[in-house]
Amino acid sequence: MSVIELTIIILIGSYFAGLLGSLTGLGGGFVIIPLFTLFLHIDIHYAIGASLITVIATSSGAAAAYLKEGITNMRLGMFLEIATTTGAMFGAILAIYMPTNYIAILFGLLLILSALMSVRKKREHIVQRKSYLAKKLNLNSNYPTADGPVEYSVTNVGGGFGMMLFAGLISGLLGIGSGALKVVAMDGIMRIPFKVSTTTSNFMIGVTAAASAVVYLQRGYIEPALSMPVVIGVLIGAFTGSKILVRSTSANWIRVVFSIVISVIALQMIYNGVTHKL
Amino acid sequence: MSKLKDSDIQTLIGWVLRGGVFLSIGICICGAVIYLFGHGHDIANYHNFKGGPASVQMDEIVKSIMALKGRAIIQAGIILLIATPILRVLFSAYGFAIEKDYLYTGITVLVLIIIFTSMLGGHAGY
Repeated sequence: MSVIELTIIILIGSYFAGLLGSLTGLGGGFVIIPLFTLFLHIDIHYAIGASLITVIATSSGAAAAYLKEGITNMRLGMFLEIATTTGAMFGAILAIYMPTNYIAILFGLLLILSALMSVRKKREHIVQRKSYLAKKLNLNSNYPTADGPVEYSVTNVGGGFGMMLFAGLISGLLGIGSGALKVVAMDGIMRIPFKVSTTTSNFMIGVTAAASAVVYLQRGYIEPALSMPVVIGVLIGAFTGSKILVRSTSANWIRVVFSIVISVIALQMIYNGVTHKL
Repeated sequence: MSKLKDSDIQTLIGWVLRGGVFLSIGICICGAVIYLFGHGHDIANYHNFKGGPASVQMDEIVKSIMALKGRAIIQAGIILLIATPILRVLFSAYGFAIEKDYLYTGITVLVLIIIFTSMLGGHAGY
């Protein structure tokens, strides 16, 4: 295959990755890595590198938009970034020494978890119980709604911090945003309102990815000729997705279909990992 | 702690993020055009990983950009993209310092230190 053919295929594939990623909230990395490894037979390290760059681009773009709405809890994000960047640093180091078929299996497992997360019911819970650590760290805040600002508190700061270490590790190891794990930490453990946890998670993803990208970049895992069409394709796709999302209110069936497709891809990644094809 | 100042910082950070992404994508596209004109018909082979630290030496990149090499220009765009969230953290530190929120200035500086440790951690080489 010539360079220009490969570039065009990646560009088109990345466009749909960005589109689906933004429609489902899963992010583009989940499509990029299988596209590169299963269909184009590109080394998984290049796939991880390109995916990381994409994660930084989409998360930075989206974070800028969310900041305007004032839902993002910057202090909470900053505090938890201590955990995610530390995890990401170790994840990137681990990725250098871990056999690629283990990476493929782990990726498949996380893919299934994320697919399940995206179809599950989302309920809004507001906790008012005061936690000592959350108060000390000034993490409690409020977010604007149609009926005025809603105050919320943060609980189990330690547990959430631990989960974020793991989320960062996975992000650095697999080159994805691991937004699903971040939401588990914030929504499930720290009991933060769903809107706040998704926007704050997005705010953190870019920095987390940058902490491992500096390692990948120096190792030569971030190949310019491959990363360029991915970033451009995903960004345009994500932009299209955000426009569609504004118009259609029932994006639920897309999420279900995508979750099924992604589970099939996940099983294929796991199969290839087990049989040492990746 | 005044809410007004908080939102000022958020606006500034929003601009840093947007500006960084747009500028780096612009640079990537310029590099891509040059690269594809020169190498579009080469045979692509990324089946096996063959990178290494040698391909990412800073002075090499600068030299190649001066020579208008497409691949190096794309790489410069990518480096700027990686720097964007790091710049965001830097601006946050500045913002918290202005607010006299020293706890969070410290936390933000700690995040920066972690990122730089990762960068210079010695795991970049073989």
